Amino acid sequence: MKMSMAALAMLGLIFVFSTGCKPKGVQSAVGGNSAVKSFVPPGKYDEFYNFVSGGFSGQMAVYGLPSGRLFRVIPVFSVDPEKGYGYSEESKPMLNTSHGFVPWDDLHHPALSVTDGIHDGRWAFGNANNTPRIARLDLKTFRTAEILEIPNSGGNHSSPFITENTEYVVAGTRFSLPMGDKLDVPINTYKENFRGTVSFISVDQPTGRMNIAFQILLPGINFDLARAGKGKSHGWFFFSCYNAERANTLLEVNASQMDKDFIMAVNWKKAEEYVKAGKAMKKSVRYAHNVYDEAAHMATSKIETEVLVLDPKDCPDMVYFMPCPKSPHGCDTDPSGEYIVGSGKLAALIPVFSFTKIQEAITAKNFDGDYEGIPVLKYDAVLHGEVKKPGLGPLHTEFDDKGNAYTSFFVSSEIVKWRISDLQVLDRVPTYYSIGHLCVPGGPTKKPWGKYVIAYNKITKDRYLPTGPELTQSAQLYSIDGEKMQLILDFPTIGEPHYAEAIPAELIMKNSTKIYKLEENKNPYVALGEKEAKVVRKGNEIHVYMTSIRSHFTPDNIEGIKLGDVVYFHVTNLEQDWDVPHGFAVKGANNAELLIMPGETQTLLWKPERVGVYPMYCTDFCSALHQEMQGYIRVSPAGANVPLTFSTGEQAKAAQ
Amino acid sequence: MKNTILNVIGIICVSIMLLQCKGGVKEDQPTVDFAELQKGQPEVHGTEVKDAEIVMNTPLNQEWVKGGENIYNLKCLACHKLTEDKLVGPGWKGVTKKRSPSWIINMIINVDMMLEKDPEAQKLLEQCLVRMPNQNVSKEESLQLLEFMRKNDGEM
Ligand SMILES: [Cu+2]
Repeated sequence: MKMSMAALAMLGLIFVFSTGCKPKGVQSAVGGNSAVKSFVPPGKYDEFYNFVSGGFSGQMAVYGLPSGRLFRVIPVFSVDPEKGYGYSEESKPMLNTSHGFVPWDDLHHPALSVTDGIHDGRWAFGNANNTPRIARLDLKTFRTAEILEIPNSGGNHSSPFITENTEYVVAGTRFSLPMGDKLDVPINTYKENFRGTVSFISVDQPTGRMNIAFQILLPGINFDLARAGKGKSHGWFFFSCYNAERANTLLEVNASQMDKDFIMAVNWKKAEEYVKAGKAMKKSVRYAHNVYDEAAHMATSKIETEVLVLDPKDCPDMVYFMPCPKSPHGCDTDPSGEYIVGSGKLAALIPVFSFTKIQEAITAKNFDGDYEGIPVLKYDAVLHGEVKKPGLGPLHTEFDDKGNAYTSFFVSSEIVKWRISDLQVLDRVPTYYSIGHLCVPGGPTKKPWGKYVIAYNKITKDRYLPTGPELTQSAQLYSIDGEKMQLILDFPTIGEPHYAEAIPAELIMKNSTKIYKLEENKNPYVALGEKEAKVVRKGNEIHVYMTSIRSHFTPDNIEGIKLGDVVYFHVTNLEQDWDVPHGFAVKGANNAELLIMPGETQTLLWKPERVGVYPMYCTDFCSALHQEMQGYIRVSPAGANVPLTFSTGEQAKAAQ
Repeated sequence: MKNTILNVIGIICVSIMLLQCKGGVKEDQPTVDFAELQKGQPEVHGTEVKDAEIVMNTPLNQEWVKGGENIYNLKCLACHKLTEDKLVGPGWKGVTKKRSPSWIINMIINVDMMLEKDPEAQKLLEQCLVRMPNQNVSKEESLQLLEFMRKNDGEM
């Protein structure tokens, strides 16, 4: 590949600066040809899309790798005025729950769909930690296509991890809760009355439609993270658990009493058999199921009232516990599916379990008693081995294509590379600072791209220009194609970047939707062409069927609206050209703008509260005459006899 | 003298930098196949059409006139009046007398090429200041629009 002289000279300068000038302090960790390794020249594409959780922002962000450039923030669980998400009438149902409209959540983990254990570029899933939900994002449109609330759950943390062919997405509860009829109980009766669940959500293969297939009722412990088995361990799912003490107060002390917590192994093929055999109980619950229809440009929300629950005491050989030191967080299966890596947040070693040994121990009933009726496998019997003295506070492990593992260490702020076969530590690099999860492109799949590891960090002081008490959170990109890991880039991230997955760009970009075809627009309030633009009164509801095109709205003058009227602006963008959205905003609307894609219809609800003439305009720069894309709406007193009329550049027409 | 030495050092440094960097520039930047990207996508861009390719019916094909009118109402009316008056773009009255059939078809289905190459199209952009959008009209549909324009200009 050829580069311009200017670009080369610029890279040269960066190179000389980083080696020649040797700044003191943490920056000196960047050196050699690192700038070149992360540089993507203007006009060139990145190799990977990186889907990064937005944490407490409730959104998912999309970055390019290796450049670290931010491409998009996809609204998922939080309203987003930039895109009108959660403000337009069409998108409001997406945030409906059994608690009503919940405008915010806490998105921790993205998971990309897989076929035969390899990323396929169809969907991304994300979890809502606060009001338990799972979202499915369509990677053609980069939009949230479906949100499913999870009943019998509190703090949906150990999710949305997925099985080898995206058969199931799981949702494990972080908080255990009282369930069923006995909800109003003293908190200190935790041990008697609180239970945990993990849910298996089936995914319809052609459409992606989700459904809660079954839940498994479990002791009142906390579920943290999870991974599906793959290859030889396909059919199994592994969950890390903490608070085996079942404490309900001051957990930092009370949930760290025991030397070991658990990794829970679930045989989900067996669970499927029990459901088929009628072993599941029907429980009455309430949860919302929200689906966005791409043809109608509209979401619908339905409240579901039933869920199937399996109790392990009726279903032998379905659930096992494995002891794991100490408050395990990460629970990661290697590309072969043979090894399951546990990571105790408070442990000073990394236990690696063997799937083959787990099967042998189950067959030989090599148990260390039971926990609340569920067999506990003997630690030594299922252990492949321990990585000794790797660092402090191991959290999460991903893998490369050469049999190596990369583990993040929160307390000692580093990434440690080790070999799975003999558990030897091979390399370590510092992170800046307090790394949580990390990501290798394809790292959780059968086919990792052993090119980069990205650290997602909690604290960034001294990395960037200060911005008051709060600093941006950040990610660090390391090249891993050589023996030694090499830091090549820092980039800031939105919210808190918990986890991320990265996928080769070519798997996604070729399928990207460019426009919505007008001919296929099935929104009931569409105006297919300016001739269909109109204003209709239905009692005190005014429906404005409006069109937008560079550079005007039709109609752009509306009169005869009265105080007490409720106005719906249904705006259809008549453009059929990629990347020409129009916006729509009205003065004083207690709402947001609309941002309407080419060929799409979106609706803004407006309740005028004062008499007067209100400007409205396009918010997204669309042409040289964008500023002229505006109009007026006249609001008269309740009793006025101003007729309802509308116009654009000609005689006003009477409304219907 | 000092300056000369500094310059020489500078040149050496730059040369070293260039050598160093050349090796470091990523050779495996994925190349993007734009033809592949367009495949199966709803966005349509036509290729250049010549006058010789266009068959003009007389009398007008009434089905095409009707089809053209429907497309006009959906995708063109917002910017083009059927009179001579300019709205966002020029009015359509008389367009088939002023412009060749291929000029009209290319403006509809291949507008980027026209705005780049055709002086008349460029003049119109200067007047209207809004680039004619690609409205995803197929070549067949553009022939129907042409038929509708001829009807609008009084042909039978
Ligand atoms: Cu606009």
